[in-house]
Amino acid sequence: MAVPPNVSPTAFNAALVAWRQAVGAEWVFTSAEDVALYRDAYSPYWGEPEERVASAAVAPATLEQVQAVVRAANQHGIPLYPISTGRNLAYGGSAPVYSGSVVLDLKRMNRVLEVNERNAYALVEPGVSYFDLYEHITKAGLDLWIDPPDPGWGSVIGNALDGGAGWTASPFRDHFGAHCGMEVVLANGEVVRTGMGALPNSRSWQHNRWGFGSWVDGLFRQSNLAVVTKMGFYLMPRPEALASATVTAARDEDIVPMLDVLNLLENQHVVNGSTSIFGGPDRPAGNFPAWTITLPIYGPEEVVRAQLNYARNKYAAIPNVKFTQGEVFRTPLPPEALARVRLVNFGIPNLSTFAMLGRSPGNPEPDGGHIGFSPIVPRTGESLLEFKRFYRDNLAKVTGGENLGIVGPVYMTCWDRTLVCLIMFPIGRDKARNAKMRAAFKSWVQLAAERGWAEYRAPAAFQDMISDTYSFNNHALRRLRETIKDAMDPNGILAAGRYGVWPKHLRKT
Amino acid sequence: MKALPRSAARGALLLALAALTPGAQATEGASPPPASSGKAVYEYWCAPCHAPGPGHPGTQSLQLKYAGKVPAVLLERTDLSARAVAVFVRQGILLMAPFRKTEITDSELAALTAYVAGNFKTPSAGR
Repeated sequence: MAVPPNVSPTAFNAALVAWRQAVGAEWVFTSAEDVALYRDAYSPYWGEPEERVASAAVAPATLEQVQAVVRAANQHGIPLYPISTGRNLAYGGSAPVYSGSVVLDLKRMNRVLEVNERNAYALVEPGVSYFDLYEHITKAGLDLWIDPPDPGWGSVIGNALDGGAGWTASPFRDHFGAHCGMEVVLANGEVVRTGMGALPNSRSWQHNRWGFGSWVDGLFRQSNLAVVTKMGFYLMPRPEALASATVTAARDEDIVPMLDVLNLLENQHVVNGSTSIFGGPDRPAGNFPAWTITLPIYGPEEVVRAQLNYARNKYAAIPNVKFTQGEVFRTPLPPEALARVRLVNFGIPNLSTFAMLGRSPGNPEPDGGHIGFSPIVPRTGESLLEFKRFYRDNLAKVTGGENLGIVGPVYMTCWDRTLVCLIMFPIGRDKARNAKMRAAFKSWVQLAAERGWAEYRAPAAFQDMISDTYSFNNHALRRLRETIKDAMDPNGILAAGRYGVWPKHLRKT
Repeated sequence: MKALPRSAARGALLLALAALTPGAQATEGASPPPASSGKAVYEYWCAPCHAPGPGHPGTQSLQLKYAGKVPAVLLERTDLSARAVAVFVRQGILLMAPFRKTEITDSELAALTAYVAGNFKTPSAGR
């Protein structure tokens, strides 16, 4: 049996006894075989000494059990690493950031506690996946949509806490931004409810996120200050229709006015769907437009048709740009339409994204997993063209001229006003190849930071490095976070190292 | 994370088309499974990747790997023993990560493997 670092076998055994009493022996995992199930299948250090691995796992099913587990860990100084469904693949999966931590596996907390149709919200536990919430809403016959990310088995809470995004309308596809109210267990085992939830017998916990006084929910995003046990989310009433249009341009420089209009349309809430941007100077040979932007619009049919016309008129003012209206889908989709659409755009969770990431005709021998570097770039045509040049000019330097199968950049528009410029790296079981991916990843992080661009979310192995790039005023932000960490978790038991924040006893300086 | 194939240009084109293009059926990833039903465990955990038809990465991968020598759809396989199924569930393969015991318990795994290996035919000796 493995023992966490800096923990005596006596202390660990005492914690194990307390955990077994709290959750039942069958939900405390210590055998090498069981603990191996918590390895990060997409670890860029797979099989190497630097791979982040768990020492054990404990899986409570209730709030009270979480409290008991955390209290025992705090008493005995055991590092815990909470996971929700553990499917945060490419960002660490179910493995801890601090190797040797005990994984606090919340998958068994899988209750949908409430879905309110009239005020369009849900309250869920961490083990609830997008599949689960979709199923619950569908079975209940409620006229609400969820906003799934690509993999439907992810946790609704976990994805929001990790900064994830989905594929339907703004503001719902910013998952943390769409939450309302949290319940968290602090490192000492105390339960806190945020916003209106702090009112005993509150009747508006999921109606109003602000409550009274300072708003603390942001402390629990991409952080390590508490264990989140409940979270509310705003849901989108089923839109009557989804309309779309495609805008193309012939010249590379046309992207500048194209994105200016796109920003206007999004900031006016005329275009509210998840747009896509493709093309640029390195587009494939042949008769392809320089740029293609898709414009999905959700709403009542007569309204979205008017919004499409408005968008058409705005783009008509740009020379050389072609606006093509696409199909207007009415919802619920008829069965025959399901095969023609990308389901996540219709609030239907699935796993089809892995069909493109895994073995495919274009990639018959895949490495296995992948990781991504996704810097945030202002959403202007000039910035996009600058990033294209940046990628092209540095690729050979970053890879040593070798074709490593790195894919990029792809421009995502999860959030208003920015582009997420994704570069993807295949990860597998070949240590030498993984080492090259890590080196390339680190080079991109450094080169991007020199330009003022940085990542929004990262695999565990690179969180320290990326946190280091957010260094304004001698890392003042990280030092502030460390001050808060030390105050809220003085024994440093919760998710040490997550997003670059380490407890005092593990900090290098 | 968005979906990408290996080549950036190809990826951009596929994504352009994918904005409103094919996906999977809506009924997969359904109800949390009762412990006793291998079929329910399969439909909840396996079908989203291994059901027939496009948009199922497991089926697609096995189709490309075996090129029709064995069926790409798991439930049509006759060469999968319960033991083999259990190994894939607990060890994973390629981008399929292993399933933990909080996801599929040992008793659920036993029911699942019996269900998936229901068509298993032991290879006869001497062939």
